Amino acid sequence: MLSKQQAKIFFLVGTFVTFAIFIGLTIYSLGQVQTKIPADVAHGKHLWEKNNCMGCHTIMGEGAYYAPELTNVIERRGEGYVRAVLMSESPWQPRGRKMVAYHMSESDANDMIAFFKWISNLDLNGFEKVDRKVSPLAIDHMKDNVE
Amino acid sequence: MKYKTQKVAYWFWALSMLLWTIQLTYGFIMGFARLGYDGLHQWIPFNTAHTVHLNTLVVWLLAGFMGAAYYIIPEEAETELWKPKLAYLQLIALTLVGVAALAGYHFNIWEGRKFLEIPRELDYLVAIDVILFLVILLMTILKGKKKSTTVWVLFGGLAGAAVLYLPGMITFDSQVLDSFFRWWVVHLWVEGVWELIMGGILAFLLIKLTGVDREVIEKWLYVVIGLTFLSGILGTGHHYYYIGVNKIWLIVGGIFSALEPLAFLAMTLWALNMYRKGQKKHPNTLAIYWTLGAAIVSFLGAGVLGLAHTLPQTNLYTHGTLVTAMHGHLAFWGAYAMIVLAIMTYAMPNLTGRKLYDHARGRMAFWLSNVGIFIMVSAFAAAGVAQVYLERVLGYDFGDVQNEIKPHFWVLITGATILSTGAILLIIDFIKYGLPTDEALES
Repeated sequence: MLSKQQAKIFFLVGTFVTFAIFIGLTIYSLGQVQTKIPADVAHGKHLWEKNNCMGCHTIMGEGAYYAPELTNVIERRGEGYVRAVLMSESPWQPRGRKMVAYHMSESDANDMIAFFKWISNLDLNGFEKVDRKVSPLAIDHMKDNVE
Repeated sequence: MKYKTQKVAYWFWALSMLLWTIQLTYGFIMGFARLGYDGLHQWIPFNTAHTVHLNTLVVWLLAGFMGAAYYIIPEEAETELWKPKLAYLQLIALTLVGVAALAGYHFNIWEGRKFLEIPRELDYLVAIDVILFLVILLMTILKGKKKSTTVWVLFGGLAGAAVLYLPGMITFDSQVLDSFFRWWVVHLWVEGVWELIMGGILAFLLIKLTGVDREVIEKWLYVVIGLTFLSGILGTGHHYYYIGVNKIWLIVGGIFSALEPLAFLAMTLWALNMYRKGQKKHPNTLAIYWTLGAAIVSFLGAGVLGLAHTLPQTNLYTHGTLVTAMHGHLAFWGAYAMIVLAIMTYAMPNLTGRKLYDHARGRMAFWLSNVGIFIMVSAFAAAGVAQVYLERVLGYDFGDVQNEIKPHFWVLITGATILSTGAILLIIDFIKYGLPTDEALES
């Protein structure tokens, strides 16, 4: 039967070994990550955090699930649309949910776009590689509204 | 209670109850916003409500853990708390930092990183506050007559949480590195050192409530926390599947995430077996409810629902959807909220001398809060699965899908209302116990 001492050794050895492997894998992984980030991308990230965009949106799947995933937003919507949303003076309200009106300068909006483009060029192991389309139910709804 | 200074715990739990109320209130603001009722948007936009909801959760649980430590450690170490006035100072400082952070979130003063939104200046104050907390505990343990495994595990978990807060304070220009080290804090807290804290509190409660020999309980405590670290540390890899790092994490994260439920299963079996073996049946039935409840629901929430979406093949579709919210709500409730409520339910009669061990309001609070959270989790599950299918499989637009799954948010709010009713009953109980008193000291 397992003794308390043996259980303690299991805990200590198991923790030490897995932690050592974790550190090793971290060093191995991070050696392959781009660390020199262009200034506009870094500023875009700064704006992303300053405005707490993650408090509604997700990026690389991380965030609050209230507003769309933005990993491939430039590919999906185009730069013009994204710039218009970021520079809008009134709250953007796509499909009912309100976004804060950030009223960004063109320069800041461009840096945000540079940040989104940088994210979309990462190898994300197949995440967010779906062609978006409008739901048939939403089309019916739009038709009803027009009628 | 056995030592006068254990009374400090009461005030930390009072702070917990206050923050829990705020957390629930902001949860409702978010729930109604999802349904389109966002009349508060101008003052409390969704990102503010979300940040307050998450941060009050973290701080009410941390305040709960701190209260638990101030209650458990003097009793286990068989001594009064070292410098109790410093403990009150630590509580006041924690409260002031919390108030400043919560107020700041309403004026866009934040870091905008999920779970780590506290501005950097306040991070340093949090660090000082936690160091003070750990010093008080360590000095108490060192001057104590006894140094039990339970105490060291509890202290180790709290000290580990403090150390792991630091990677979150490093600034990166790269979103990849930012995300990588953010998970060192968030994952290694909730699926690592917080489980040590939970294990320490659970061991103390099992010793007190079942009467099973301490050596047996603490032996299995080592096994449980051993399994926790064995699976949980490398299980961090499931957060690295899609953030732009090496593919090796798909394999490592997948394998070790699949092992993570074992730690929670072991915890459940440990608690149930100790209860079954116990000769002594403590009269505090409600504390037994919450203790065994925490052990069971943590397995369902953190273990089973975690496994439901952490394998890379599944997570490719579920990552960043309401399926994550499903898992998160039951995991936090079962593993951490319930264990805080368990230790409070056990300790309050001892601190106040009012032996309200088993009463209708207490049982109603237990069942309503648990039924409520299960309804909420079911709503998130239905909404999440529908979202995955419509958005990730059929490729429909996010906004369209959110409109299609709206009915589930009504169910979510119904569940939240039932949970909140249970929470209100618990808070009424907390108030009815009254203040801790020296008259409750055991002779």
